[in-house]
Amino acid sequence: MRDFVDITEIDRNIIEHLFEMSDMIINRHMHIRKNNILDGKNIILAFFEPSTRTRLSFEIAVKRLGADALTVVGEEAVSLSKGESFGDTLRMFDILGDLLVLRHKYDGAAKYAAEMVKIPVINAGDGKNQHPTQAIIDLYTVYKRLGQIDGLNYAVVGDLRYARTAHSFLLALTHFEPKNVYLVSPPQLKPSESLIAELRERGLQFYLSENLEEVIDMVDVIYVTRIQKERFPDPEEYEKVKGSYRLTYEMIKNRKDIIVLHPLPRVDELDTRIDNTQAAAYFDQVRNAVPVRMSVVAWSAGVEL
Amino acid sequence: MSKKELKVSRIKNGTVIDHIPAGRAMEVLRILKITGKEGFMVLIAMNVYSKKLKGKKDIIKIEGKFLSDKETAAISLVAPTATINIIKDGEVKEKKGVKAPTLVEGILKCPNPVCVSRIERENISSKFIKVSENPLTYKCVYCGTRIEESDIPKYLNM
Repeated sequence: MRDFVDITEIDRNIIEHLFEMSDMIINRHMHIRKNNILDGKNIILAFFEPSTRTRLSFEIAVKRLGADALTVVGEEAVSLSKGESFGDTLRMFDILGDLLVLRHKYDGAAKYAAEMVKIPVINAGDGKNQHPTQAIIDLYTVYKRLGQIDGLNYAVVGDLRYARTAHSFLLALTHFEPKNVYLVSPPQLKPSESLIAELRERGLQFYLSENLEEVIDMVDVIYVTRIQKERFPDPEEYEKVKGSYRLTYEMIKNRKDIIVLHPLPRVDELDTRIDNTQAAAYFDQVRNAVPVRMSVVAWSAGVEL
Repeated sequence: MSKKELKVSRIKNGTVIDHIPAGRAMEVLRILKITGKEGFMVLIAMNVYSKKLKGKKDIIKIEGKFLSDKETAAISLVAPTATINIIKDGEVKEKKGVKAPTLVEGILKCPNPVCVSRIERENISSKFIKVSENPLTYKCVYCGTRIEESDIPKYLNM
């Protein structure tokens, strides 16, 4: 049984193994019917922050694997709202569950949980830090669409300071050999110094840019993120940058070979006219979420398919 | 006393912290929570020449005080070049350099206000791992936020 909390600790071999498991799940249609792989297991889905796609796809993944999904949504659903500590809540999950899927508003919450409990912990998003299962979905989508991850040029666009999906995607890329990676954001939303140092140490070849149009012709994959309004300490700062870095249909209409990723939800950073083009890969990401999360849950539970 | 010897009184029982980078003696005193009101005899020399450091250094001598492991670890973070001499009956009984630990627990406060280690009521001990020796840099085990050598005094949680 293994934790899945930090994408830097999930190496390339494991990622490729998860891709193979996901392929197998799709080829055998395991993601659209119930299986008995984790029969009798109680999997706790504790979502202390709002979530739609991640929670739904985890719930479906757990049920398709044959386990019971015990979902806790919001702090008011457990005794945290009565003053119980997070530590005690985790101890309770440890006793009652066989595996914990955790989303929490604090950075590092999943790592702390993994230290506290004996059951495996899967990070379903911790504050602005990481969202490692989304990174596997994103890379799997690139791999299925373009047949490779190595050797491609990437632009990661938008909120690189607060978007955990962008952080995890970039850190996941460090396990591969992308050609060039362009980090495109307004100055206020540049990656933190800590993330830049981490990417540099891990050998990623990247360039910082403030102009999306300047890099668009050089990339194969554009990863667009939402401006994270809820994580801005100052609402005025949010007002200054919202709506910037919008990817429009005109910007990609002549590019037949490009794909556009977005972890969703989107606000106005992604032109809806892109939805019906070949470039749109973001609904593939949603489609891939269940088989990939089935793979992660099975891997974390120590089960081979 | 020869001309080259430093004109600072000897202590009989206590600790001499030598080779502190110039200007950091006050940080070391802050770690040791020495304000001068404790009653220890404390001698401080600042910006004196050091052959070893090829420049200036600070020295602190404290009568009647011996350092805990936690205090020594914290000193290593703000004064990585320091040497600690334990004096008993006027003799140097032990002389050791400090080494910034690979893992630092409960000594640094994470600069990230939304790090899980900052939730006050949870009382989670902070954990940092060393990612660089020069400049000394630590990374929060939970959220990945880094603290560089020049910022370490700001985030000491002693």
